[in-house]
Amino acid sequence: MTSTTTAPVTTGAAATPTERVARLRDAAYRIRRHALDMGEVQGQGYIGQALGVADVLAVLFGDTLRLRPHDPEWPDRDRFLLSIGHYAIAAYAAFAEAGIIPTEELETYGSDDSRLPMSAMASYTPGMEISGGSLGHGLGVATGMALGLRHLGSSARIVDLLSDGELDEGSTWEAAMSCAHHGLANVLAVVDVNGLQADGPTAGVLRIDPLEDKWRAFGWAVRRVDGNDVAALVDALDELTADPTGPSVLLCDTRPGRGVPMLETREKAHFLRVEEHEWQIARDQLLTGDLRTSTPIGERSSTIQEGHDR
Amino acid sequence: MTTAAPKKLTTSAMIASFADADQRTTPAPFGHALAALAQERPEIVGLSADLAKYTDMHVFREAHPERFFQMGMAEQVLLGAAAGMAEVGLVPFASTYSVFATRRAYDFLALDIAEPGLNVNVVGGLPGLTTGYGPSHQATEDLAILRGCPNLTIVDPCDSVDIEQAVPALADHDGPTYLRLLRGSVPTVLDEYDYRFELGRAAELRTGRDVLLISTGLMTMRALQAAARLEADHVDVAVLHVPTIKPLDREAIVRAARSDRLVLTCENHTVVGGLGEAVATSLALAGVATRFGQIALPDEFLAAGALPTLHDRYGLSTDAVVARVKAELDDRAPWPADPAPASA
Repeated sequence: MTSTTTAPVTTGAAATPTERVARLRDAAYRIRRHALDMGEVQGQGYIGQALGVADVLAVLFGDTLRLRPHDPEWPDRDRFLLSIGHYAIAAYAAFAEAGIIPTEELETYGSDDSRLPMSAMASYTPGMEISGGSLGHGLGVATGMALGLRHLGSSARIVDLLSDGELDEGSTWEAAMSCAHHGLANVLAVVDVNGLQADGPTAGVLRIDPLEDKWRAFGWAVRRVDGNDVAALVDALDELTADPTGPSVLLCDTRPGRGVPMLETREKAHFLRVEEHEWQIARDQLLTGDLRTSTPIGERSSTIQEGHDR
Repeated sequence: MTTAAPKKLTTSAMIASFADADQRTTPAPFGHALAALAQERPEIVGLSADLAKYTDMHVFREAHPERFFQMGMAEQVLLGAAAGMAEVGLVPFASTYSVFATRRAYDFLALDIAEPGLNVNVVGGLPGLTTGYGPSHQATEDLAILRGCPNLTIVDPCDSVDIEQAVPALADHDGPTYLRLLRGSVPTVLDEYDYRFELGRAAELRTGRDVLLISTGLMTMRALQAAARLEADHVDVAVLHVPTIKPLDREAIVRAARSDRLVLTCENHTVVGGLGEAVATSLALAGVATRFGQIALPDEFLAAGALPTLHDRYGLSTDAVVARVKAELDDRAPWPADPAPASA
């Protein structure tokens, strides 16, 4: 596994919009690369989802979230909740990119005694705020964190990452109603809309459309973007986080396997099969693909900004 | 001349008081205890799921409106949000009916609250058979559901004294708890005994040579009443009150049961998975082979009706406890269900 060194801070304050997007696209590239490496170690995993959500995580961790990577318990940190515990592979890759965990540790993913279990759990991993996985929990816990932090006078924000399949769960909508009722402007829900769930395409399992209208009817500010377009994600998040008066949701249409054509065109499945010999092909396709902007992995430092203002 | 048939009792409003007509009571002990505790501790918050008024949480809400959070009729987010509040340093008390906290929202209690070991205190109204509304509201199996949940402390208080003393103890306990709430006009009983609530500890309220009643919750009140009545019949009954169901004070239970007395457990809960089975397990593991029985609700969905009628029918009334003890004592011969030894 290739490792990167994670210098603590790079400042992006003076970056032009183009530089900002380029920096985040590089981060997304490395998150994908980390995920492929982890997938190879395990020989399996939710690699389709990880590749699909990499751009979203790159923007959240590189731009949106106010964190101190070396102090994951910092009281004023923004809370990132991984409601979708099976996306752990992607979250660990983003944590490594952010400097929360060492990149070298990623190779322990899913192994006995690792801090990086297959399904994410708070008690195992620094920076993992909740144990997701039983879907439909994240937004409820986010509701309580938001009520609590607001009550305590904190300006920290709660960002909950959900999947579209998770919108089947009634508890998600209990929480959605509650966030709006309580006017929780410190809640940002980010939904990975990949159209896929365990038993097949979301459209056939349980129809969730009209997605934007649903959230809007529940009292949320809604933006829908191409979740694999870093510039669009940056714009949408800038807009949603500028001066929210209530809860906001960013619906991100993503393509499972994005960045690796071999996987992107493979028949879509919740649990994508990748043969042993295909991991190197995947890495090669990622390297030669169109997603990277500049410097190859191994030559760049972490992009997270220590306690940066938003 | 016609004789009118005796008037049947009717199901009272949702929350019937199970206090006897002449019994001393204390109004809303949970709400007042929580409001008083919150004066001292700014991190205490209260939540309810459209049942503040019916779980005595309204007393807290009126005293500390800025610290009360109405979550609507949505028990999953009630418990999830309580977990989120604890995650950021608050100490929540979240109230609803026991049936909703356990049956409907168990996944949230288990994974959001108990697994991370958060100091969230779940307060369940209408535990066991304390309403005549039928199975939709009668949490007859809440202990069975929750005893299997790791990390969770479970308290079944007897009266207002227990509740007043349990509330600060639960807030002090650095972990998740479940309190079986008695609300409204709650009997005041234990102040007549040399007793203080201690989390995790059983207390012998009364000694007796013939019978040991190991009781929890409101059934301790019934056990004490039954013991007083049996005294008149020269039956000497001891009462061991076990307000904490989990962790169970096995040591006190085994010590008390290691005798030739008849041992009966008394609980406001089904025979499955509650105090009775917990005690039976403790005795078996300790090698105590004493004569043992359970006074508990049957393994059934129970009827609707007036509480006194139902408590008589299902064996929880003082009359029923007295009758059961006498019947057990009259039947000292080998147990009817006792099979012949396998190697005989």
